[in-house]
Amino acid sequence: MHVSRRGFFKVCAAGMSGSSLVAMGFAPTAALAEVRQFKLAHTTETRNTCPYCSVACGLLVYSIGDGAKNTKAKVIHIEGDPDHPVNRGTLCPKGAGLLDFVSSPARLKYPEVREAGTNEWKRISWEEAYSRITRLMKDDRDANFIEKNADGVTVNRWLSTGFLAASASPSEAGYITHKVVRNLGMLAFDNQARV
Amino acid sequence: MTNTWSDIKNADVVLIMGGNAAEAHPCGFKWVIEAKKLNKAKLVVVDPRFTRSASVADYYAPIRTGTDIAFLGGVINYLLTNDKIQHEYVKAYTDFTFLVDDNFSFENGLYSGYNAEKRSYDKSTWQYQRGADGYVLTDPTLENPRCVYQLMKKHYSRYTPDVVSNICGTPEKQFLKVCEYIASTSGTGRVMTIMYALGWTQHSQGSQIIRTGAMVQLLLGNIGVKGGGMNALRGHSNIQGLTDLGLMTNLLPGYMTLPSEKEADYRAYIDKRAPKPMRPNQMSYWQNYEKFHVSLMKAWYGKAATADNNWCFDWLPKLDKPHDVLQVFEDMSHGEVNGYFCQGFNPLAAFPNKHKLNTALAKLKYLVIMDPLATETSEFWKNYGDLNDVDTASIQTTVFRLPTTCFAEESGSLVNSARWLQWHWKGAEPPGEAKPDTEIMAGLHLHLRELYKKEGGAFPDPILNLDWPYKIPHEPSSEELAKEFNGKALEDLADPADPTKIIRKAGEQLDGFAQLRADGSTACGCWIFAGSWTQAGNQMARRDNADPYGDGQTQNWAWSWPANRRILYNRASADPSGKPWDSKRRLVWWDGKKWAGDDVPDFAPASAPEVGMGPFIMNPEGVSRFFARDMMVEGPFPEHYEPTETPIDVNPMNNNPQAIYNPAARIFKGDLPNFGTSKEFPYAATTYRLTEHFHYWTKHVHINAVLQPQQFVEIGEGLAHEKGIANGDQVQVSSKRGYIRAVAVVTKRIRALKVNGKTVHQVGIPIHWGFLGQAKAGYIANTLVPFVGDANTQTPESKSFLVNVEKI
Repeated sequence: MHVSRRGFFKVCAAGMSGSSLVAMGFAPTAALAEVRQFKLAHTTETRNTCPYCSVACGLLVYSIGDGAKNTKAKVIHIEGDPDHPVNRGTLCPKGAGLLDFVSSPARLKYPEVREAGTNEWKRISWEEAYSRITRLMKDDRDANFIEKNADGVTVNRWLSTGFLAASASPSEAGYITHKVVRNLGMLAFDNQARV
Repeated sequence: MTNTWSDIKNADVVLIMGGNAAEAHPCGFKWVIEAKKLNKAKLVVVDPRFTRSASVADYYAPIRTGTDIAFLGGVINYLLTNDKIQHEYVKAYTDFTFLVDDNFSFENGLYSGYNAEKRSYDKSTWQYQRGADGYVLTDPTLENPRCVYQLMKKHYSRYTPDVVSNICGTPEKQFLKVCEYIASTSGTGRVMTIMYALGWTQHSQGSQIIRTGAMVQLLLGNIGVKGGGMNALRGHSNIQGLTDLGLMTNLLPGYMTLPSEKEADYRAYIDKRAPKPMRPNQMSYWQNYEKFHVSLMKAWYGKAATADNNWCFDWLPKLDKPHDVLQVFEDMSHGEVNGYFCQGFNPLAAFPNKHKLNTALAKLKYLVIMDPLATETSEFWKNYGDLNDVDTASIQTTVFRLPTTCFAEESGSLVNSARWLQWHWKGAEPPGEAKPDTEIMAGLHLHLRELYKKEGGAFPDPILNLDWPYKIPHEPSSEELAKEFNGKALEDLADPADPTKIIRKAGEQLDGFAQLRADGSTACGCWIFAGSWTQAGNQMARRDNADPYGDGQTQNWAWSWPANRRILYNRASADPSGKPWDSKRRLVWWDGKKWAGDDVPDFAPASAPEVGMGPFIMNPEGVSRFFARDMMVEGPFPEHYEPTETPIDVNPMNNNPQAIYNPAARIFKGDLPNFGTSKEFPYAATTYRLTEHFHYWTKHVHINAVLQPQQFVEIGEGLAHEKGIANGDQVQVSSKRGYIRAVAVVTKRIRALKVNGKTVHQVGIPIHWGFLGQAKAGYIANTLVPFVGDANTQTPESKSFLVNVEKI
């Protein structure tokens, strides 16, 4: 059974007067008054995995917002998952800084385009991005697709556009990326395992 | 990893070589400390630098970068000449007894069949001798001079301690001390694990370095056992998963391979990949290839894939050559590539020779970036002074930058180094209009499908027929996709043993890859992931961390491919009669009727030991290979070759000018003038990572930018003295490809080595800076790296090249 941090405090508070914790000097008021715990008591705890190296340390992600449609969940704290059998709650200096990755000022927020020869980014809509990119893809594919090689063998390949895939995105993203990319006949296709 | 992170605690000796786990994988490295605490394990570190791992090691030995095959070849020689091998294991579980073709030879640095002009081999002699029945001939006495054991012994007899010391710069005494530690695990009661990372892969002979390590482990009987194995510490959170899913130029999901244009016949394509056993009673599990392949095509093309059209075999692109990243940038630099996508990938920083990459990217018509962060690649066209000196106005590439979610904002599974598929849950909304990659790929596909429907165009069939069963077509959910790669029954599946029984009804999730069929009645997007999302639900989301056997395998935590097996080749943990070699370390065993154990047996569950099936069931030999046949491009036994840029100009193992560096490494003509010589660039450089940073991401992360704010390089005291450089001075480090400027850290951690009569200084170059981010702007370190890859994998040689260092 999973007991949330918030639930844990409730249980402790209810049963505290008769417990040995009081005898040992742990009064519930002191615990509840601690600022950090108070903050997390109002958060949603989500299980996650560190996106950096392949040890794949378990994380607890704490966010405000309760998942209702009129709220937007925001991460306010991340720590190691003590239940995780590999990291057992610990994080390295990279993992311990993950909150600053989620909220980095370098996070991209909107689709943008840098037009040929210019020196700036211009915000565009997703629809414009999809339409323009797929137009470029289709024109290139239609012009350069190779159905048969010089020997007349059916090869159905498209070599003039390539794709590098992410290796920090979930397997499900990897799977659908492969399905879509290979389906176009693309062979210039790789991921970070090549480095 | 053949084993798992927490399994490292079961080791008696830990060899870290070609990696620095304490710095790069700190939370995994804790299991090394646990092994020291619980088992009194000895940690041995061999590295050009005295690293953080070395600082807590029981023994450290220095080595010149790029000479690991010489070192490990010397270890093989030590083990064979001092009889420190596990005899029963190597005889029963490896190709020791196999006889090799009489025409196979090795002379002065080259194997039989070399073509100097093509820089490649005719590998027809790199084969076994076969009997009239087609099976490989063997000599159980091991006396035949053509048996693998004898050939290997002869090959590595040349790697004597003084030869090793002369090449590697490791003092002979220290080399022998490392050999002693390693050899202490040759009996059945002690085990060594090997942990390596990019320090072994990023060399022009990287795959062969790793093979040499695996050969050492096989000689010691350390593969398939608790606390043993070959453990690759991978660099990204899902690099294992992306590789498993086959997102590489020549792969399909589950390590299936794309056909080449010489394999346009479906039956020939399948037969080549489904080899018959090479010895009697062996499993050769790839014989099931067609079941995996047809199930994949059913997952991709649904009803359009039929037996009549060979399951859409013609729709798969056929390779003319591998289009790996180096090849693609080479073609791009010649204007042969028009469009390029970078999904969560920053090639301008990650690949070698920044100048060449910049020039190539500028020739693109369009570039599409999908990333949570602003990468250097996305702004390759922008002038950042000396750090990125380009002429913006002349660059006619249209660049799109699409914002994606990060880990906290998406659900799904990641596959860690130990092959565990762990599910994670979305905890927050992404910033602005960022979207998950799944949605962006769906957007691209649906828009293209619409265009092809409306306008027609080149070969639209696969685009129009791609199976797209997702409830919200433009937002396929991670759950739907995970179920798809696990696989399901398309028709009621009858039990082959009793056709009156139905094992899975149409539409149900499959339990594992054993249920896959080649007749189109099953669909499965990645056969090795079959079992991850069964009819019982999402196995990757399991969170029972109980460890009932106390061995760190936690069988019910998440799910591990294949078949939730935690240690690969675990049949080899028991002797040929099925009894564990070591009762303290038992893993699987024959219980009289079947294979039982703590782990899921990596074996035919009912194959009795007396049948003699070998533990390496994926190999048609049934055993593991010291002699790699024709599977590696530069030879069946690893041989020492110098890095492509060598500080000593010769290969002391031969006097053949064709065999100084890897004779089969692919070098593009245009790059030939871009290799430096030791005369101009006398120092051996190696790149590496710091614990405070993750590649080129964390310079965007405030706290990490504070912890390691500024670019530096490490040089030894000897070199600093020679060049008049003091700690903290600004230096310029240059190679034939360009230069970087950084603060010099003068250290005792990198010592000058005596190599082939010469003093070789080494220079350490951490890689984490660039022209974007919150850390102080710096130079992209890969500016210096040569444009050459490992001859088998084309992984760039970022760990060993030549530079000069000057005070500025």
